[in-house]
Amino acid sequence: MLIRKPADIPSSEITPESVYINRREFIGKSAGIGLAGAAGAGVVGSMFAGAGQASAQTQVGQRDWSAVRTELDEELTPREDVTTYNNFYEFGTQKEDPARYAQTLQPRPWTIEVDGLCANPGTYGLEDFIQPGTMEDRIYRMRCVEAWSMVIPWYGFELRSVIDRAEPLGSARYVEFKTLHDPVQMPGQRSRVLDWPYSEGLRLDEARHPLAILATGVYGQDLPNQNGAPIRLVVPWKYGFKGIKSIVSMTFMEQEPYNSWKRANSYEYGFYANVNPAVNHPRWSQARERRLGEFRRRETLLFNGYVDQVAGLYAGMDLRVNY
Amino acid sequence: MNKKRRLLLLKVLVWILGLAPAVWLVWRGFTDRLGANPIEQVQHRLGDTALITLLVALSITPIRRFTGWNGIAPLRRPVGLFAFFYLSVHFFWWGVVDQTLSLEFIAVDLLERPYIMVGAGAWLFMVPLAVTSTKGWIRRLGKNWQRLHRLVYVSAGLGVLHFYWQVKADTYWPIVAGSVLAVLLLLRIRRRRIRVSE
Repeated sequence: MLIRKPADIPSSEITPESVYINRREFIGKSAGIGLAGAAGAGVVGSMFAGAGQASAQTQVGQRDWSAVRTELDEELTPREDVTTYNNFYEFGTQKEDPARYAQTLQPRPWTIEVDGLCANPGTYGLEDFIQPGTMEDRIYRMRCVEAWSMVIPWYGFELRSVIDRAEPLGSARYVEFKTLHDPVQMPGQRSRVLDWPYSEGLRLDEARHPLAILATGVYGQDLPNQNGAPIRLVVPWKYGFKGIKSIVSMTFMEQEPYNSWKRANSYEYGFYANVNPAVNHPRWSQARERRLGEFRRRETLLFNGYVDQVAGLYAGMDLRVNY
Repeated sequence: MNKKRRLLLLKVLVWILGLAPAVWLVWRGFTDRLGANPIEQVQHRLGDTALITLLVALSITPIRRFTGWNGIAPLRRPVGLFAFFYLSVHFFWWGVVDQTLSLEFIAVDLLERPYIMVGAGAWLFMVPLAVTSTKGWIRRLGKNWQRLHRLVYVSAGLGVLHFYWQVKADTYWPIVAGSVLAVLLLLRIRRRRIRVSE
């Protein structure tokens, strides 16, 4: 693979060309229906309201995803697996629990708070939070800290766009995200397996990396509740637990956020959580992983295979200490 | 109903219940209903079944003592052997299917992962118990047979630890299993104390 600076990664590197081209066709079609339906919803906004949502499901849901492969010639994990095998403790600790119980979550309407050390804080409705015109498909590997992995076609936008809009102050070095805290909508929060609400964070330069996205859809449809509806973080070079789901707030801060899993067990889970085959979890090896659908375990790649793009973020850092 | 027929019936029941989890897993496998990660699913269900079956085996004696129903004593062997059967499949599933017999990773896992070492230990301690479960061995070992078979408590304890040690945050079921085992052991200790003081 060629070594490129992050800013130089063309979308075609991440997304197969066929999907990339189809996307325009799809946006064009859904825009038509969206404009006919909701008033002034805008091209992308139409995906999230009324008629637009239906169009997203019919137009894109019909795409032949089984034929899509990533540039590394890795097959997509079937939608069925992506949406039924989830770690989302807000709905139970078994993998099949979120798909079974997450219907209590109400992802619309939804508000997101942007606050902390920034010049332009605010409270946004989901439609206003999303940057219209920047939505795209991104096919990423997803490596769970439990040593299994998937390849998932997300739909979303680069996190840096909303960071730039917030205008973080010079003193802001990190950004912290929080999941909704509502035991009625998220019954798993009644049991204290984790310290609710779930929280995660990134260093600001990590958050500004073009590979870091906020996803609102998967497999061409709005995120199912169990995958973190209506909006979630996807940081493909880090373990899956960094990808906080159902986000309600984004806070700029000076000190390192104390993320949920680190709080639960700082000896086993760190702040950085970069995928690294050489740094084992204290109780199990991270050298290999099971790609769902495959029989043999495969080698885990440094930074989950995105080493060329992200290694620069960690130059001079001891990855064994900053796990 | 005479005693022999009742025992036969009980044994048939043990066999049906004992084979049920295996049949269930095979059935789910053939109908493609083991979820997105079938290898892990089978591994976990085999482990659950082994531990539950072992706890059932360990509860036969206390039940017999409390109820005076001595007719269930002969069930200890088939139930214990079912526990060993599921534990063995669980163990080999890990080595053969999960690790695809790659000796390098099996060795590293065994040496470096305490929970795997502990689980392997639980299986290892049950091997001599399964081997000496026949009438011939009971006769040959005499008093030592019972002494040897106390190893089952070590296995059960290691099994619970193995279970506890691999969950990420939700320790509910390992704690339930550990509590059941603790109660079963306490009942035995109390019994022995009473006997000594008499």
